Amino acid sequence: MSETNTFILDDQEIPFTPGQSVMQAALSAGVFIPHLCYHPEFRPHGSCKLCTVKINGRPATSCTTPAAHGMEVESNTPEILDKRRTLVQMLLVEGNHFCPSCEKSGFCKLQALGYELGVMTPRFNLLYPTRPVDASHPDVLLDFNRCILCELCIRASTEVDGKFVFALSGRGIKKHLVVNAESGRLADTNFSLADKAAQVCPVGVILPKRKGFAVPYGERHFDDAPISAHVDEFKPVMPGQEGRS
Amino acid sequence: MNAPRKLKVATTSLAGCFGCHMSLLDIDERLLELLEFIEFDRSPLTDIKHCGPCDIGIIEGGVCNAENVHVLREFRANCKILIALGACAVNGGLPAQRNHLDLRDILAAVYVTEEGLVPGTQIPNDLELPLPLNHVHPIHEVVNIDYFLPGCPPSGDAIWKFLTDLLAGHTPRLGHGLIRYD
Repeated sequence: MSETNTFILDDQEIPFTPGQSVMQAALSAGVFIPHLCYHPEFRPHGSCKLCTVKINGRPATSCTTPAAHGMEVESNTPEILDKRRTLVQMLLVEGNHFCPSCEKSGFCKLQALGYELGVMTPRFNLLYPTRPVDASHPDVLLDFNRCILCELCIRASTEVDGKFVFALSGRGIKKHLVVNAESGRLADTNFSLADKAAQVCPVGVILPKRKGFAVPYGERHFDDAPISAHVDEFKPVMPGQEGRS
Repeated sequence: MNAPRKLKVATTSLAGCFGCHMSLLDIDERLLELLEFIEFDRSPLTDIKHCGPCDIGIIEGGVCNAENVHVLREFRANCKILIALGACAVNGGLPAQRNHLDLRDILAAVYVTEEGLVPGTQIPNDLELPLPLNHVHPIHEVVNIDYFLPGCPPSGDAIWKFLTDLLAGHTPRLGHGLIRYD
């Protein structure tokens, strides 16, 4: 790796290979940047904005910004952490996020980021949207109450599974996840539990049936350490390239 | 030299299950240590019915009926510091899962159309009963809240850390394992 390919992230020198995003370089170097819509196996999406950093003084999403030599990147600053906290709070009030009754609790990235950032309250008025679940599929439950519109299931179904099972519909606050079937029901698609799209949801929307609460408290994925300590799980699959499995 | 004045603490459970109060008792023998520094005013533990001037008010549960609103406002008017304790106070929790249903439909389903009811059963309509609100609200939507401690319930250790931080005069910092939403 050329010594000239480095940037500064919160006073730390981060090496990168040309083509890597700021996020990929940081994660490769073991520095966690909070994110929800980024996934190492998919092209960056830049929609959740949680990975926003300041690059040379200007806000930018680190998952979509290519690393460049000499950049000065701020991530772990009170100002940016406060903005990320607000983003998490807006997600919490926009959906119905009741962790005590969610099977994804302990495995959920939104929850883990709430803990990481010290989000103690949703702060805003809760919207309590009405979002019926889809339990039509024999193996999978869709609980739209928790959807954060990261589009990972859409990307996985389209790019990996080649099935186009999911899509977004509507605009603004009415934007929501839909199932691509005339009936709108998951049972009327060729979706399968083995699909990549069944495995990428960062929250508790796409859930395998008959497996709820299988892991006890204390042994769940994010019970042992904060999500920032799980940084190795988010490292790029193929360093230097935007992985597309 | 006089011993420092004990802080007055009031607690209540609104639309909650008293699980958070049980969790407060889960600090076990540390309760005795806590009582060196605090004394309880209105609380299910003292059975005092109304809240006097207090240093700290601890609210469990969200707001689901008119009485909850009155109690919450009494606490806000009397407490220097108000704390939302547990998931229901913080985001409405389990009771708020009725929010996407029509209140009249829920009451009718329970008291009118449910099978096995005594013939003639009606929706209770006694002046003694507080009227339910159309929706359940977290308490920060009704009064200003100073601190939030999520969890269903927050563990005894989390409550202990939270209260001892507060008594020591600094912002509570829970850290991993103590901050929990479930």
